[in-house]
Amino acid sequence: MAELCAVVGVGQTHYSAKRDDVSIAGLVREAALRALDDASMTFADIDAVVIGKAPDMFEGVMMPELYLADALGAVGKPMLRVHTAGSVGGSTALVAASLVQAGVHERVLTVGFQKQSESNATWAVTPKAPYSPPVVAGAGGYFAPHIRAYMRRSEAPDDVGIHVALKDRLNAVRNPYAHLRNAEITYEEIKASPMLWEPLRFHEVCPSSDGACAMVLTNEAGGDAADSAAWVWAGAMRSEPTMFAGRDQVNPRAGRDCAADVYQQARIKNPREEIHVAEVYVPFSWYEPMWMENLGFCKEGEGWKMTLDGATAFDGDLPVNPSGGVMSSNPIGASGMIRFAEAALQVMGRAGEHQVQGATKALGHAYGGGSQFFAMWIVGSEKP
Amino acid sequence: MREVGVISFAQAQNVRRESTHNEVEILAPVVREAIEQSGIAKTDIGFTCSGSSDYLAGQPFSFVTALDAVGPWPPIRESHLEMDGAWALYEAWVRLQHGDIDSAVVYAFGKSSLGDIAEIMTLQLDPYYVAPLWPDAIDVAALQARALLDAGTATERDFAQVAARNRKNAMNNPKAQIAGDFNVDNLLTEEYIVSPLRKHACPPITDGAVAVVIATGDLAREKCARPAWITGIDHRIEAHALGARDLTSSPSAKLAAQKAGLNGNVQIAELHAPFAHQEIILKNALDLGESVVINPSGGALAANPVMAAGLARIGEAAQRLIDGDAARAIAHATSGPCLQQNLVCVMEAA
Repeated sequence: MAELCAVVGVGQTHYSAKRDDVSIAGLVREAALRALDDASMTFADIDAVVIGKAPDMFEGVMMPELYLADALGAVGKPMLRVHTAGSVGGSTALVAASLVQAGVHERVLTVGFQKQSESNATWAVTPKAPYSPPVVAGAGGYFAPHIRAYMRRSEAPDDVGIHVALKDRLNAVRNPYAHLRNAEITYEEIKASPMLWEPLRFHEVCPSSDGACAMVLTNEAGGDAADSAAWVWAGAMRSEPTMFAGRDQVNPRAGRDCAADVYQQARIKNPREEIHVAEVYVPFSWYEPMWMENLGFCKEGEGWKMTLDGATAFDGDLPVNPSGGVMSSNPIGASGMIRFAEAALQVMGRAGEHQVQGATKALGHAYGGGSQFFAMWIVGSEKP
Repeated sequence: MREVGVISFAQAQNVRRESTHNEVEILAPVVREAIEQSGIAKTDIGFTCSGSSDYLAGQPFSFVTALDAVGPWPPIRESHLEMDGAWALYEAWVRLQHGDIDSAVVYAFGKSSLGDIAEIMTLQLDPYYVAPLWPDAIDVAALQARALLDAGTATERDFAQVAARNRKNAMNNPKAQIAGDFNVDNLLTEEYIVSPLRKHACPPITDGAVAVVIATGDLAREKCARPAWITGIDHRIEAHALGARDLTSSPSAKLAAQKAGLNGNVQIAELHAPFAHQEIILKNALDLGESVVINPSGGALAANPVMAAGLARIGEAAQRLIDGDAARAIAHATSGPCLQQNLVCVMEAA
């Protein structure tokens, strides 16, 4: 690559079920201004804006970046709008980083958002199309069979998902921006919550959130000049078809290939040892053990042991989602970027109460579609 | 910057309504043709990038199934923009600058016949203050055309002449939807759709798809006798509020052209001007002289597959360079109401 890229500013809104105190423009601007302030910059310092969000039907605005151009200080500048389904927040950060790495721009503002209260996302993802049968089950209904396949294959105990949900929701208590923060939540309460899509109970499912996340990315000179920087060691995207006979939907090859690519770029041989903290896209509890295997943090069939052994806990050897993760905040178009941004905050040593001590290398991960789109990056406290 | 050139271009037949094929079925043969023509094996293509809008099909994730047109197995490096495919080509061009991969396929599709496209475009407008008033795409364009008339920059006859020339040019484009030798006086007898816009000054409703292959330096030279080298590419956006802008000019197109290194000596310009009056605005903004042949393909007035029409301009201009019809060309793409966002791509071949 021609240029190094560094994160020098992060901004998040508080995530909640309904931000009716702001318009869409107000929401994205809130995150953007916080990121700029964090980077000691203003809109005038920014060369280009890269924005991402999931389907436009969630807000009912077609290509909303057009309407958001002035709110994000993009007038007179290049502006790109990324959409790669649930992985979009990660992909958006990677497209923004790509502009810096290519040497095209020096300072790029990137923003991911979703204002899900404008519609009902569960049903917005399953409309009746004229030429294909609707799933009419929401994302949970789509992924639950994959989870059941995983449980059968791995012979995992049937309460692993409850443990993941409990850990993520308690982690969220340490994160002031998280949507669901309930220090009183218990294993029993999660287990007793209504079954939505077997084996997923109500408390094993991500919330539907309004929110935005933004980052300021710079080239090497910008990273050198910043008070603190997270250096991008690796970034990759991979996609595969939604369905075909040879596809493993439980442990998708695109995810494995994407992970192998970022480990190679970051010269990582043993990810379990060399990655200190991971922010992984887990919208449904069971996806933690599934992605642990897909990411190569353990052998296939043993991801659930990492959860039950406490390896992924806040004080485990590989803390996963210390921020509370997607399970605690899910503005879909921002969720991937939040993973990338939280990874950056960890290696900058600026994650506050959910800071993992000594984290110098972190993974940010996002997936989307029918577990077919993957975006990942590895950031570090030192330059590559 | 690394040398990057367009080496292959393919497009579907542009039609008013493709009722027997869905988006993937329209796209698949186009992507295949572009890749086969490039001479690069599909599995050797380094990056795939596309542009489309969910709102055309009225369903979320319409780009997801479109990926089947590429056959992404084994898994591929891939990205999608909810923008015209011209911006996807920009993303691919940026990606090739990294140096680790040497080729990309870029595609875009737009099946505009599935809904009322003019009303769908209303949903691009400010959702709080403008969209609820429900001005459609033609209403909004008419405001711009009226501003141009009021400023004395152009006349309704000028609009008709632009439309007649584009559709006459389209007679040489077998993929065009509307082509013919139209009499300007007759065109001016048409009723207004929305004053001052008559039917001829508006784009057709088009179903279509476009694919382009780009490659770097030596690979491009190996696979193509005369690659259309991208010497500059840039895009800029303006404020959204129509009242905040001078609709008779296009500062974002002008700035993008400057940044892309357009210095006047092009022979061909493919301008993405869905409405006739927008070509006049762009010609002024880009300072194109009388010797420049504008829209030899017929432009968006001859075929306007929404989300693909901008990428088609790049493909059409590049093809003329590849074929040796010209040595230097510009292609332009636009997005948003009244030319809000513009991309300029300068290419040359020798």
